[in-house]
Amino acid sequence: MLRLLTGLLLALMLSIAAAQDLAPIPPLQSRVTDQAGMLKPEQRVALEKILQEHESKSGNQVAILLVKSTAPEVIEQYGIRVAEAWKLGRKGVDDGVILIIAKDNPSDLRRMRLEVGRGTEGVITDAMSKRILQDVIAPYFRQNDFYGGLTAGANAIIALLNKEKFPATAAQTKGKSADNIPGFVVVLILLLPFLAIIAIVTAVVRSRRSMGNDGWGSSSGVFLGGSGWSSGSGSSSSDSGGFSGGGGDFGGGGASGDW
Amino acid sequence: MNKILKWLAVAVVVSTLAGCGYNDFQRKDEAAKAAWAEVVNQYQRRADLIPNLVNTVKGYATHEKETLESVTKARAAATSFQITPEVLNNPEAFKKFQQVQGELSSALSRLMAVSERYPDLKADKNFRDLQSQLEGTENRIAVARQRYIKTIADYNILAREFPTNLTAMIFSYKVKPSFTVENEKEISSAPKVDFGKK
Repeated sequence: MLRLLTGLLLALMLSIAAAQDLAPIPPLQSRVTDQAGMLKPEQRVALEKILQEHESKSGNQVAILLVKSTAPEVIEQYGIRVAEAWKLGRKGVDDGVILIIAKDNPSDLRRMRLEVGRGTEGVITDAMSKRILQDVIAPYFRQNDFYGGLTAGANAIIALLNKEKFPATAAQTKGKSADNIPGFVVVLILLLPFLAIIAIVTAVVRSRRSMGNDGWGSSSGVFLGGSGWSSGSGSSSSDSGGFSGGGGDFGGGGASGDW
Repeated sequence: MNKILKWLAVAVVVSTLAGCGYNDFQRKDEAAKAAWAEVVNQYQRRADLIPNLVNTVKGYATHEKETLESVTKARAAATSFQITPEVLNNPEAFKKFQQVQGELSSALSRLMAVSERYPDLKADKNFRDLQSQLEGTENRIAVARQRYIKTIADYNILAREFPTNLTAMIFSYKVKPSFTVENEKEISSAPKVDFGKK
């Protein structure tokens, strides 16, 4: 048992040590993360606006990550680690997309990657991802116009996403749910017969044991009174300034390229 | 009194089972099966791409009959290998599975390398799309295998640690096979598409 523990500890330490050699994943703080100095501040803000507007309309989370290098990993390996850490896209819908540019990667590690969530693979197919990278973004990048390339790329991604039918956003469903019967009322209605039975049985048992007259009233009052609980069912608020992933899953789809 | 003892005994057994990971086994066994299904799914996706790819290359690379044939043969071998959930519990079958997929990977590698020599083929829109689909699928395979390895490790630790290994013995939950490093090397010779030669 001790040996197993020591072995596990060693493996853990080794994995931590190995992990320190991998390129770090930046924390997810905003939709455009620029660690390679490819954008001016106002360009970054403009790009973020485009992506944020798309998210409020559709719920899809698109992000852009600009790093210097992903070495020693190929950009695909780095990309999937980022995707698993950031978890963009809504849980269950998996509609996240990450555009990763590694400016200083050697060509065999590739410099561009479009990492797409499972739910977007219907429209952002591998072939389309490749086209966005090679035919839309790369021409701009070859002229060193990073802002132009990223804007064109973001718009191309959004155009594709708009072709897909995604579930409505939280804000849109909130408006609709006013028509539905609140959950707690449904539960109450379902439980009532059972509570009534319990109340009756308790009352009968009590009246058999003791000859008191208080059996009926108080016990049933306790039961029915305790079953009314408040409707604290509020859904979480959206867009509170920070940006975080919705728990979406990525399967490794998308494409990589270079310019 | 006897009834109470009986109920007490049942309660003890149930709580011991819960403590010894019976429910964990259910969960992790299902997770392992799901991870395996995903791996198989992605390998199948790759196999599905191949007929199209072979046809496209055939149109341009008229002298590469041998390479094309070897790919078609390797694909037939891979898809004729019956993948049942039992492969997961049978290390021999698992090894065979890795082997046929590995051979398909090498045949594909050669095909993609050969295609580099035909500029018309490389420029063909269809070929470009197929190439990106193949790359995407290889990446998905890699991700699925990675996740499978993690899930299986999780399950195997439970099956080998004390006291859950006793539960494993009682309910015959065996250690499941994982992708091994030596096979990793031969399988990881995935088609490398190199646009770097500019």
